[in-house]
Amino acid sequence: MSANTETSAAGAAAGQNRPATGTTLVKRGLAEMLKGGVIMDVVTPDQARIAEDAGAVSVMALERVPADIRAHGGVSRMSDPEMIQGIQAAVSIPVMAKARIGHFGEAQILQALGVDYVDESEVLTPADEVHHIDKWAFTVPFVCGATNLGEALRRIGEGACMIRSKGEAGTGNIVEAVRHLRSITGDIRRIAAAGDEAELFEWAKQLRAPLPLVQEIADTGVLPVPLFCAGGIATPADASLVMQLGAEAVFVGSGIFKSSDPPKMASAIVEAVTHFRDPEILAKISAGLGQAMAGLETAALTTKMAERGW
Amino acid sequence: MKPRIGVLALQGGFAAHGAILDKLGARTDEVRTPRQLAEVDALVMPGGESTTMSMLLERSGLLEPLSERLNEGMGVMGTCAGMILLAREVVDGRADQHALGMVDITVRRNAYGTQIESFEADIDVDGLESPFHAVFIRAPVVERAGPEVEVLARHEERPVLCRSGRVTVVAFHPELSGDERLHARFLADL
Repeated sequence: MSANTETSAAGAAAGQNRPATGTTLVKRGLAEMLKGGVIMDVVTPDQARIAEDAGAVSVMALERVPADIRAHGGVSRMSDPEMIQGIQAAVSIPVMAKARIGHFGEAQILQALGVDYVDESEVLTPADEVHHIDKWAFTVPFVCGATNLGEALRRIGEGACMIRSKGEAGTGNIVEAVRHLRSITGDIRRIAAAGDEAELFEWAKQLRAPLPLVQEIADTGVLPVPLFCAGGIATPADASLVMQLGAEAVFVGSGIFKSSDPPKMASAIVEAVTHFRDPEILAKISAGLGQAMAGLETAALTTKMAERGW
Repeated sequence: MKPRIGVLALQGGFAAHGAILDKLGARTDEVRTPRQLAEVDALVMPGGESTTMSMLLERSGLLEPLSERLNEGMGVMGTCAGMILLAREVVDGRADQHALGMVDITVRRNAYGTQIESFEADIDVDGLESPFHAVFIRAPVVERAGPEVEVLARHEERPVLCRSGRVTVVAFHPELSGDERLHARFLADL
């Protein structure tokens, strides 16, 4: 119900007959519609079709999946517009694309291409080590990653309309996403139980987060925007786990196209997100999927993408 | 006994519908399986991705029982993707997308364009004293409404709220703007 709690843009638009685009309500509204769904990383129009055939609610167009970014190194940037347009032409579901942290130039181009959501993503090489993009300045909505509630609220303060856990992209290891989700939802519960305003001032200070957003959480008990999970989901069971931990939808990056049977794995994760609380259905859809992506121990990583972002 | 209102929860904006219905004092249940469908008296089909929901209806074994219940006259309100699923004909959909054919309209998916064209606007609704604040997200457009279909609201000439017997379809998202009047009317009409 987060979309109902916002005030600024919808309030300004209310009472007018002129249609208003790019308002907070409209931006958060699309995130509401993606709930209970799976957003899949794709690098070609063919992969995008496989994702749509399997029931993805949206695809994320990028040049290389995180597992390959990790393996090949180098600077990772926004995708080639031609590739994004090819994917837009291939599917009818929403298309998202990634911009580098702080790279508002890339974001402007993505908006001009008519993508449906921009992911200001730590998976790409950051362009600014101090500032994130001013997301209020755009008509296109933004999703941002977060490892904890303070980071999530700073991104919302900058205009993000959807938050996803960062997890550790390209590892096929769910441990970091679980850590991030538990941290975010745990702090939300603790703030909702705060005794008085003075405690909220302290929370805002500790989290380095805008006070009005902390106060909003104290009133509503939920994050002001939808909370999705990304980073390390490789199986239907992983999807079920993070949904039960409070994620409202999932992003799957390398987990689908690095598995041995992508169409099958994609369909199974879609069903798992719908039936996440039904172990009998989950047992059926988890059977006979072939090999999940080979995973990585996070302790062995040289680059921790989740540490990007400030 | 109050009727039990199911909210189809395969994917999409089902939580927002549930919250409004709860606030109006309805008894609500999320519906993901045929067994859950059998236990409800009426259904809300939320917005979301219609192609995804169509596939999940099939894979969850809901397509036939849902079609049966609708043909028996179960009250239903479909918003956005829910409208697309309930329509007789869908343009710009996937070839394998199911159209339940419960209301004699032709809808075009994503007719306004991408998310950048999504918008909010006040619209006049038959029977409501003041305008309804409507949120359109990658919304469908009704290109044709049959003679049996009551058109209760229009935006820029095109029907955006239609009723046909016990089936109500809405192109926008009444669950997002904090206005409970369309849900209240749906409950009152059951």
